[in-house]
Amino acid sequence: MKRVVFFAVAAIMMLALTVCGAGSASAADVIKIGGTGPLTGGAAIYGQAARNGAQLAVEEINALGGVQFALNYQDDEHDAEKAVNAYNTLKDWGMQVSLGSVTSTPAVATSVENNADRIFAVTPSASAVAVTEGKNNVFQMCFADPNQGSASAQYIKDQKLGAKVAVIYKNDDVYSSGIFETFKVRAAKIGLKIVSVTTFTEDSQQDFSVQLADAKKNGADLIFLPMYYTPASLIFQQAKSTGYAPKYFGVDGMDGILSLEGFNTALAEGVMLLTPFNATAKDKRTAGFVAKYKAKHGEVPNQFAADGYDCVYAIHQAVKAGKVTAKMTAPAICDILVKQFTGMKFSGLTGDNMTWGKNGQVSKDPKGMVIKNGAYVGMN
Amino acid sequence: MSFLSHLISGVSLGSIYAIIALGYTMVYGIAKMLNFAHGDVIMVGAYVCFFAVSRYAVPAIPAVLLAAAVCTLLGVFIERLAYKPLRSAPSLAVLITAIGVSYFLQNSAQLLWTSNPKVFRSVVGDGSIKLFDGRLSISVNAIVTVAACLVIMAALTWFTGRTKMGKAMRACSEDKDAAQLMGINVNATISMTFAIGSALAAVAGVLLCSAYPTLMPTTGSMPGIKAFTAAVFGGIGSIQGAMIGGVLLGVIEIFAKAYISTQLSDAIVFFVLIVVLLVRPAGLFGKRIQEKV
Repeated sequence: MKRVVFFAVAAIMMLALTVCGAGSASAADVIKIGGTGPLTGGAAIYGQAARNGAQLAVEEINALGGVQFALNYQDDEHDAEKAVNAYNTLKDWGMQVSLGSVTSTPAVATSVENNADRIFAVTPSASAVAVTEGKNNVFQMCFADPNQGSASAQYIKDQKLGAKVAVIYKNDDVYSSGIFETFKVRAAKIGLKIVSVTTFTEDSQQDFSVQLADAKKNGADLIFLPMYYTPASLIFQQAKSTGYAPKYFGVDGMDGILSLEGFNTALAEGVMLLTPFNATAKDKRTAGFVAKYKAKHGEVPNQFAADGYDCVYAIHQAVKAGKVTAKMTAPAICDILVKQFTGMKFSGLTGDNMTWGKNGQVSKDPKGMVIKNGAYVGMN
Repeated sequence: MSFLSHLISGVSLGSIYAIIALGYTMVYGIAKMLNFAHGDVIMVGAYVCFFAVSRYAVPAIPAVLLAAAVCTLLGVFIERLAYKPLRSAPSLAVLITAIGVSYFLQNSAQLLWTSNPKVFRSVVGDGSIKLFDGRLSISVNAIVTVAACLVIMAALTWFTGRTKMGKAMRACSEDKDAAQLMGINVNATISMTFAIGSALAAVAGVLLCSAYPTLMPTTGSMPGIKAFTAAVFGGIGSIQGAMIGGVLLGVIEIFAKAYISTQLSDAIVFFVLIVVLLVRPAGLFGKRIQEKV
């Protein structure tokens, strides 16, 4: 028995060595990029997508020759404490550039470490303001939450989409409540009438009959849904079964609803959303990415995959422009990349001519999309 | 009218909790262990039904039966592999093993079926009945759920009260050693309990996902915990208790959301639980057993 255990342990160690070895094949001239994200657990869909997107970009860049990247993604299970442990694992591995964390709660924790260690970070999708606030070397590829909230309110008002607005948001989630707060402020300022505000939590995201009844009772003709698409799909279904048919307006978390397996896309007909990425877009860059991703992972990439992909390409652009080499230390690379990011323009899957402010927030145009016949169509 | 429609939502949500709680309560009553993997057996049942219906176009009723059969096997298998070797171990060891099995099932499901949510097509269709000029609508799902819950409870009450196997179960629940001395095969009885509990879990999984159609590897965990709460609320070990506890929990949850605050609904539900347990420590229908010294 002991012998079996010994061999099992030895085999695992060998495996671990080969895995590490694969990452640092030609250690001298490879720039090490690390990131944490939920690869298991309830939020695994986001972490896996971001990792797969980033991995695809790394493979493409390495195939070009020139600058070579090695990517290492560690699991943080959408948990702040585990994310810091994962971050430390990456530091031991020799991470020179970081992709931060995929989701907001862990990213708030790891970005503090990134700042203290002077390791440059650009997070694909952690959109909370606290991720970048007060840290001059942490950048975001996605919109920060406040921008989404106020942009949505402005868009609804400008396009006259609804006169009476109801909001359902997830109050134990910094992403959802962050967007709602700024939505509320902007709505009050521009005179957009909010008639019903109801909430749900991680533990009660199944039954929305009460929230929908409240919106209906107050005569809302549009429901703003700052949330991910899983609860949203339930809201559409439950509203339909009670015969309530308001308009819906979502944010970037709504992206992915059409690729939900088994989802009746007719339920999402007419749903509007502001999103930076559209997997059905016909341009060459998006089409090529979607085709490769589908071939490799058997599913349509969501916005997180596109964000991960863009992060690696943005780093690639900055690395080339700043003449970063693999021999530099992380703090030296950090100084160059901060300078590059605040000065450069980057065009990727999730936007053209993006720029970054000194606060680390990205500035790009959200695209207004509407779902028609089971596909996203540009709104204007 | 909105009161009625909230009541219906509450009863239908509560009926699902009740069916899950029945599984917890039966296993606890007989094996004296909290099977925390129960919620994940629900998830497996829902996945089996989902794949049978959507990939292999199996009609609804055979698909539910298939899910029940798979879960029964799974339940018996888990019992044999993980719990039986621990029959005489301290209850803490069994509890931790149950939590381990729960994580094992969740993560296996994630490996097999990925973490991407799937949308479950209701096995009974998504129609609804309109009453009072359409001011009140009751979904077919809710009716089927409540009916299934009542049928299951009646069947279980009959089974434990009238059949030989049921009597053996009650005997084991009262005193395992004495039951064994009377010639009852305790191990077979416990396996049978797990089989029934897991088959119920499959039915609960299908009903849960018919009503709230998002299916993920973690789908079973929260309803599992709420149903466990319902079982404690009603008095763990009691079949009627699980039923009443489940329905009450569902109704309180929906009413708290509708009339007090959507933000505080869970806090209110668990506050009621604490109050009930302070007044009646054994739960609503629990037996207070005097320890003889």
